[in-house]
Amino acid sequence: MTVTTRIDARFKALAAEGRAGLVTFITGGDPDYDASLEILKALPKAGADIIEVGVPFTDAMADGPPIQASSLRALAAGQSLEKTIAMVRAFRKDDNETPIVLMGYYNPIYIYGVEKFLKDAKEAGVDGLIVVDLPPEEDEELCIPAMKAGVNFIRLATPTTDDKRLPAVLKNTSGFVYYVSIAGVSGAAAPQTSNVIDAVARIKRHTNLPIAVGFGLKTPEHARAIAEGADAAVVGSALVEAVRTSLDDKQRATPKTVKAVTDLVSALAEGVRSARRKAAE
Amino acid sequence: MNDRVNSLRTGPDERGHFGIFGGRFVAETLMPLVLDLEKAYEEAKKDPAFKKEMDYHLKHFVGRPSPLYFAERLTAHFGGAKIYFKREDLNHTGAHKVNNVLGQIMLARRMKKPRVIAETGAGMHGVATATLCAKFGIKCVVFMGSVDVARQEPNVLRMRALGAEVRPVESGSKTLKDAMNEALRDWVTNVHDTFYCIGTVAGPHPYPAMVRDFQCVIGEETKAQMMEAEGRLPDALVACIGGGSNAMGLFHPFLDDRDVAIYGVEAAGHGLDKQHAASLAGGKPGVLHGNRTYLLMNGDGQIEEAHSISAGLDYPGIGPEHSWLHEIGRVKYLSATDDEALEAFQLCSRLEGIIPALEPSHALAKLGQLASGKPKDHLIVVNMSGRGDKDLASVASYINKKMSA
Repeated sequence: MTVTTRIDARFKALAAEGRAGLVTFITGGDPDYDASLEILKALPKAGADIIEVGVPFTDAMADGPPIQASSLRALAAGQSLEKTIAMVRAFRKDDNETPIVLMGYYNPIYIYGVEKFLKDAKEAGVDGLIVVDLPPEEDEELCIPAMKAGVNFIRLATPTTDDKRLPAVLKNTSGFVYYVSIAGVSGAAAPQTSNVIDAVARIKRHTNLPIAVGFGLKTPEHARAIAEGADAAVVGSALVEAVRTSLDDKQRATPKTVKAVTDLVSALAEGVRSARRKAAE
Repeated sequence: MNDRVNSLRTGPDERGHFGIFGGRFVAETLMPLVLDLEKAYEEAKKDPAFKKEMDYHLKHFVGRPSPLYFAERLTAHFGGAKIYFKREDLNHTGAHKVNNVLGQIMLARRMKKPRVIAETGAGMHGVATATLCAKFGIKCVVFMGSVDVARQEPNVLRMRALGAEVRPVESGSKTLKDAMNEALRDWVTNVHDTFYCIGTVAGPHPYPAMVRDFQCVIGEETKAQMMEAEGRLPDALVACIGGGSNAMGLFHPFLDDRDVAIYGVEAAGHGLDKQHAASLAGGKPGVLHGNRTYLLMNGDGQIEEAHSISAGLDYPGIGPEHSWLHEIGRVKYLSATDDEALEAFQLCSRLEGIIPALEPSHALAKLGQLASGKPKDHLIVVNMSGRGDKDLASVASYINKKMSA
């Protein structure tokens, strides 16, 4: 089933511009619903091409300390999957073009109910899903229902996904492929750029989908280096760290919070846009 | 054929499912590792040399078979059923955990992995892993919640004496669930050289089935020993459940013996209406740590903190095969509170001269209900899954607190 989504349209536009995209991750509801929505609304103008909104979970097994802490801040402030969907709905009132991808773990979705979740998320304006603990072996759970509902299910490919396994990983993927550039948790050490370029080339031999690269990218320099080989660079932990360092001693938002994030996003966007693309389409 | 069709011992299916439970809910980075492990385990199972080596170490290093012991004074105390203990507390390292760890460490050697990681709650699985890593010269790192590090200090000292590195985990509730998260994060980071030795019948397939298989020695020996002692199978089995590996090891060989009643005992903590660790009694099906199973959580699917006086039962989930056995009704799951377990701890120590761990004290706590009023020839086996030396400090402080309250 081929449904053109905001994600497809955005990558087409980026290709026409001849540049890579910037994918930014924030945790929905961090540090609280209102501040988080304000950050979300400010991201496109700051230079985000695609936005991942993290659905907070108590047990973020694939994430490093920054995103774990960010999830716990959001949960402490009362965030839930329902409120995260509501945030997207509120965002869509002013922006009908920037793709939004929900990223998280399966349990909150499973408990919400897969069918109801897909219906509500789609109606709210969610374009894609990244669910860390649903490998292809569990496609019947959410991936296939999402495809049927016209929501992109974006799969992670990793350094341990070899050529033999790649076709299975890519089979039901749509929107883009998220290449996890290191074997490790989010926000860990930055990857070796040359390894990443090789890996992206390897995946490109198996698919025509755009490839975004993330995990470990923190600075505009990282983003630029990755943007020279990939279709998009993903930055997450560095942005939730920008949120954290802007908070007061009671972990509440301050007047600096939104700007702390948008300043970093602007710098990252500049990095991405200055990349000389090696892998021209 | 009919026997196989009706058997409850054929699970899981090839995708690791027991009914709707189980599965392989892990990040892509780990998926190839989980598939490698499954392949290595399937090969090892078919290799007579693997079984031979395992049997050798079980006998000479672990000290198996463990006795099936007639608990005479406890039997007289309840005045009903005849009570036997399966003495897993007499294994080297003091608990049933070593049965599984031996199997996994032998697999790690076959797979040529020089580094082993483990999560631990009460510390018994950590001690068993540290012990076998010392014996076979493998580097060992154990993740343990910082709350558990404090309440199970003797085991921390044992692990360190055995040359293992103990990493206290400060995230989340700082107990077993968080130790497992941290072990998974380590595995995702060290994919090439590390074997993850899971301590219970949970996690992604093949762990629940593999750990069960390694623990089934408990039930198989019990069958043979009971035939020798009484000339027939027992009427009932009782075991405590955290993740549920000691229970599954005792229960599984008896699942098709439908006349044998089987009871699992969850930790009811402060009470089922307060904070507890009874996933079946107070939870619902969800997905965590690689499998679908009963979990304690809120309405948004956020995992709740469990509570039990016993660090080994202080986990908000349960092995997926137990969830299945619960739903089909083959095993009846009960629960015991902290107070009930402590009372049983003291009773068993004084009447039998056996200081039980707080974990099997939960199973002992249900003997009043399961043994009293039964005929004298009603045979009950309690899995004495570990010894209580590690718990003396927690028990003393709990009793002092109660007395001064």
